[in-house]
Amino acid sequence: METTINIKLKVWRQAGPKAKGRFETYELNNISTDSSFLEMLDILNEQLINEGKEPVAFDHDCREGICGMCSLYINGRPHGPDDDVTTCQLHMRKFKDGETITVEPWRSAGFPIIKDLIVDRTAFDKIIAAGGYISVSTGGVPDANAIPIPKEDADEAMDAASCIGCGACVAACKNGSAMLFVSAKVSQLALLPQGRVEAARRAKNMVAKMDELGFGNCTNTGACEVECPKGISLANIARLNREFLKAGIQD
Amino acid sequence: MSSTLGSSIGKKLLMSISGLFLILFLIVHLTVNSLLLVPDGGDLFNAGAHFMATNPAIRVIEPLLAIGFLVHIIYGVKLTLENRKARGPARYASGKKTTGVTWASQNMLVLGITVAAFLVLHIANFWVKMKLTGDPLLEHTTVDIAGVPTEVENAYALVNATFGYLWIVVVYVIGAVGLAIHLSHGFWSAFQTIGFSNLKWRKRLSVLGNIFAWIIGIGFSSIAVLQYLFYQPN
Ligand code: HEM
Ligand code: SF4
Ligand code: FES
Repeated sequence: METTINIKLKVWRQAGPKAKGRFETYELNNISTDSSFLEMLDILNEQLINEGKEPVAFDHDCREGICGMCSLYINGRPHGPDDDVTTCQLHMRKFKDGETITVEPWRSAGFPIIKDLIVDRTAFDKIIAAGGYISVSTGGVPDANAIPIPKEDADEAMDAASCIGCGACVAACKNGSAMLFVSAKVSQLALLPQGRVEAARRAKNMVAKMDELGFGNCTNTGACEVECPKGISLANIARLNREFLKAGIQD
Repeated sequence: MSSTLGSSIGKKLLMSISGLFLILFLIVHLTVNSLLLVPDGGDLFNAGAHFMATNPAIRVIEPLLAIGFLVHIIYGVKLTLENRKARGPARYASGKKTTGVTWASQNMLVLGITVAAFLVLHIANFWVKMKLTGDPLLEHTTVDIAGVPTEVENAYALVNATFGYLWIVVVYVIGAVGLAIHLSHGFWSAFQTIGFSNLKWRKRLSVLGNIFAWIIGIGFSSIAVLQYLFYQPN
């Protein structure tokens, strides 16, 4: 049987990057607890459009937790009250009838607001462009046993590769640090032989870009790891530190 | 290399190395101080203090220690200011409900300043009197060092008299507890920063760090408290 709830939304509205923002409160009735958080926002926007008002701008794309486009700081946590899910995977059954839900954009100097709940995350693309790739074509899928890779390394590389670049780690960090993201992107390649070739250069260039773009210095608080929808581990940050310091010693 | 040290990770490396160096110093310091609890009227402590004061290695280490503190404090303040800027001025109206983040890890500067404030009193109490101005209490006394009667400064008398004041003991306990909380995060964090941590060592380091932090914290405070309670001449 379908259950529905009535909720109050406190949403951050901001006309543009320079405009002064403020919270607007909206009431939404009969929201199915089976609907996702973004579906609920769709309903809100439909309601706003019908009232002749401007809809709330928010980021989204795949709506199945794989693209990293959705964001939103909901009731005190990036991606909301559920653990290990993105906002698009968050369900309304996580909220109570009559609850007031506060929805804010990511807040960090590295992610300036574009409009309402949308922030500019091109900084992450720039960090990837600084070295988060392999320069040579590695050809087609190689024979599974052609290059033996220890199972543990393969597992850790796969885990690191599950980072979707959503930026929740930065949003949660009191230091505005992007280390969890950068460490995942460095680790997924550093753990595998194809990625080792450029490992030193990659670590140096990606960290230099991260610093240049104004992200903070990691003080190992671990808030990022708790809020990461993909469970990216702090062990990756230790690996990034290792890779980076090794690269510095080699010079 | 300069670009390495100037980077975010490089600055953290300086924090980590200076922090680990200060940790080594704390271990030596607490070991010598524990002699204060030997109930022999302070002879063993005086012998230990004499050894520390005359040992050439210590003369080299003392300026290094000052540099260690300076680097740690200057970079600690610098990193914290940079991080505030990177975070930006806007705060979350719905607060921070992220669970499992230790209070210590988010308040390292405040804890560090508590330690620094204590340090000023500590240096004025002992180091200034022993090294610079002197004090009537330090009048020489003779102790037996390896069978040889040696004339040494009576450091014990100074320490003992200082710990006769309740307010000083209270400040010492606050300083030591602040230090313990600082280290409850700092110990594992320093290893994480130099890259010596992984999925397995994370847990081990944080358990070890907590044990170490509280040995240091309880060690230094209990010496001050016990001196006040049981070692005062009537
Ligand atoms: C005996 C005294 C002290 C010891 C043993 C000590 C030890 C440490 C250690 C091991 C760390 C971790 C470093 C890392 O994360 O890589 C740390 C961090 C820190 N310490 Fe201290 N510390 C002491 C005194 C101070 C003082 C006096 C300050 C004053 C400002 C201070 C400020 C900081 C700050 C701000 C951090 C965090 C920096 C960061 O993680 O980026 N500490 N400390
Ligand atoms: S590390 Fe986690 S929180 Fe950070 S960008 Fe990647 S998936 Fe998002
Ligand atoms: S919309 Fe793609 S991860 Fe949420």
